[in-house]
Amino acid sequence: MAKSDLIGGELWEQYSDKVAERMNNPRNFGELTEAEAQELGGKLVIANEGAESCGDTVRLFWIVDIKTHIIKKASFKSFGCGTAIAATDMMAEMCIGKTVDEAAKINNLDVEHALRDEEDVAAVPPQKMHCSVMAYEVIKRATSIYRNVDISTLEEADIVCECARVSLQTVEDAIRINDLTSVEEIADYTKAGAFCKSCIQPGGHEKRDHYLVDILARVRAEIDHERYPDKAMSADFEKLSVVKQIKAIEAVLDEYIRPALARDGGGIELEDVQSGENGIINVHIQYQGSCKGCAGSVAGTLTFVEETLQKNLSDKIRGIVV
Amino acid sequence: MERIYLDNNATTIVDPAVRDAMDPFYCHMYGNPNSLHSYGIEVRPYLHQAMEQLYAGIGARDEDDIVINSCATEGNNTVILGIYFNLLKDTRRKHIVTTQLEHPCIRESCRFLEQHGVKVTYLAPNRDGMITAQMVKEAITDHTALVSVMWANNETGLILPIKEISEVCKERGVYLHTDAVQAIGKLKVDLKDVQVDYLTFSAHKFHGPKGIGGLYIRNGVSLPPLLHGGEQMGGRRAGTVDVAGMVAIGKAMELANAHLAYQNTEVRRLRDKLEDALLKIDDILVVGKRELRTPNTVYVSIRGVEGEALIWDLNQNGIAASTGSACASESLEASPILTAIGADKELAHTGVRLSLSRFTTEQEIDFSIYVINKAVSRLRKLSTSY
Repeated sequence: MAKSDLIGGELWEQYSDKVAERMNNPRNFGELTEAEAQELGGKLVIANEGAESCGDTVRLFWIVDIKTHIIKKASFKSFGCGTAIAATDMMAEMCIGKTVDEAAKINNLDVEHALRDEEDVAAVPPQKMHCSVMAYEVIKRATSIYRNVDISTLEEADIVCECARVSLQTVEDAIRINDLTSVEEIADYTKAGAFCKSCIQPGGHEKRDHYLVDILARVRAEIDHERYPDKAMSADFEKLSVVKQIKAIEAVLDEYIRPALARDGGGIELEDVQSGENGIINVHIQYQGSCKGCAGSVAGTLTFVEETLQKNLSDKIRGIVV
Repeated sequence: MERIYLDNNATTIVDPAVRDAMDPFYCHMYGNPNSLHSYGIEVRPYLHQAMEQLYAGIGARDEDDIVINSCATEGNNTVILGIYFNLLKDTRRKHIVTTQLEHPCIRESCRFLEQHGVKVTYLAPNRDGMITAQMVKEAITDHTALVSVMWANNETGLILPIKEISEVCKERGVYLHTDAVQAIGKLKVDLKDVQVDYLTFSAHKFHGPKGIGGLYIRNGVSLPPLLHGGEQMGGRRAGTVDVAGMVAIGKAMELANAHLAYQNTEVRRLRDKLEDALLKIDDILVVGKRELRTPNTVYVSIRGVEGEALIWDLNQNGIAASTGSACASESLEASPILTAIGADKELAHTGVRLSLSRFTTEQEIDFSIYVINKAVSRLRKLSTSY
């Protein structure tokens, strides 16, 4: 909470003029027919996304030139609020003149950016962002239809939120692209978790394969790791209890080190963890299998082990072969 | 652009006569009613007069209390939290019966008590959108301390059977609270006829100003205050009385009751005219039997037309209405009332509420009918399901 959050209620006044204009006068709505496709010498693609019971649906029509794969014409129909209509209208327009491959790269943020009046002012408030996600998903759907990818493979995608039919991929993408940090934001962007709430965390109406809290934690960890490869967890690692430090070291050994050593028929065991001077953490290890007694172990392999532990856990780690 | 206000269940225009009655207390009569001197002396009669208007307005007996407060949310919290400190906390009576139709201030204060070990039953409306006395009866257990059921529903206008519910509560020895925010000024609220223990109301729903409300507490029914402090309101609600607001709520109550016949004839006629015109649109659903609703409200679901999109179009034409479509709120849940009445899942996001007042004119209704038809046809042209 802060000064700007206390009154609340703002919604429509946060829409850009472009959103309002396209809601009032969408330029690309209506259906395209086989007859028109034939006239233009292209292939008609019709893609549906969403469900009325979830609050919005989009139907995207493309006429695609099958030689160049260029989308010659695009239009839409939509059941949804003003933002959904405006975003879909903009999305359809952005498809025109692009190849299917290029169009498939358009995401909800591109659509939202295109709807901005000013470069650094969002076109819609955060709780309306999900309305543009639909526009992005329908492009993916149309692309799969055009490329003749079996629709059943799409249906079987890992669905995290059944109510809103949001896939694991969509949730992961939304977290990554928009840098989301909370379950509430995931709901704003994707609608996942906004309905029956079963998929947010264990203990809801239904048991689920994936829970948003877990996905968020995992993807956030991945993002942090990518952003700060050198210091991924160093501050945290040094504060951990010895037991947790051991577990973290074991996890890195399992994920990165043991598989590498196994390729050469070797192995590694953690023997001890001791704190040294100036915050140094001494990790005592013992080689197994072909690493044992190998001359390279002490030099090359130790460097690899130490650097991997440093990169993933803390630069204060020093490897010591027992 | 001329504007038309069809969102009177959200708030209402202040009646000019109410505004006139308030005015002196923002000018020369600014005394604190607790003062001994002439400034206090001159305002007190107006507060007594407001009390007379309020007691007469809801049929309270002289021995009962009407505590003036800031709004119905405050009144409802006072009741729910007060019951907790009086009964739920220390006795075996740890159960509240309420409904899924209630305003968030009831729901959230009940949720808060659930964190403190209170059991709450939230009754789901039946397929007519109603809560029946039988449903309440079946929900009451030996541990129930309080039943809280609204008198009329804000969304659909459906009038709940408070009299029968009050009889059930009396029979079982359970306190009854009713949120009468949507009832006052739309139908006769007479506590001589219907026995409730607590009743809450808010001035801005019946042409009074925002920020002033009332809590009726039946004689002999205890309730600790929410706000502790001075002796105002007999110690039931501390804090300097909003003199202008209290004068206003008294005047607004008097006017609301004086216009009940008009509500029941003219406002009802205009609402019915609007509703009949809307029913000519294909694939449209009105929630709740007309004769069971407050005379000013119609809640419609129009297939293929998303609620927020419709009120956007109405707003473009200067017409104010509201939607139960979750898309307009931060939560994305489907309308509970449309779910409850078993409407098609496809309709869950199509609910739009139009609510009239005694200031609504025939021309306004005629123009609204024209605009709604235009908007529905535009949005259906865009819609995937048409």
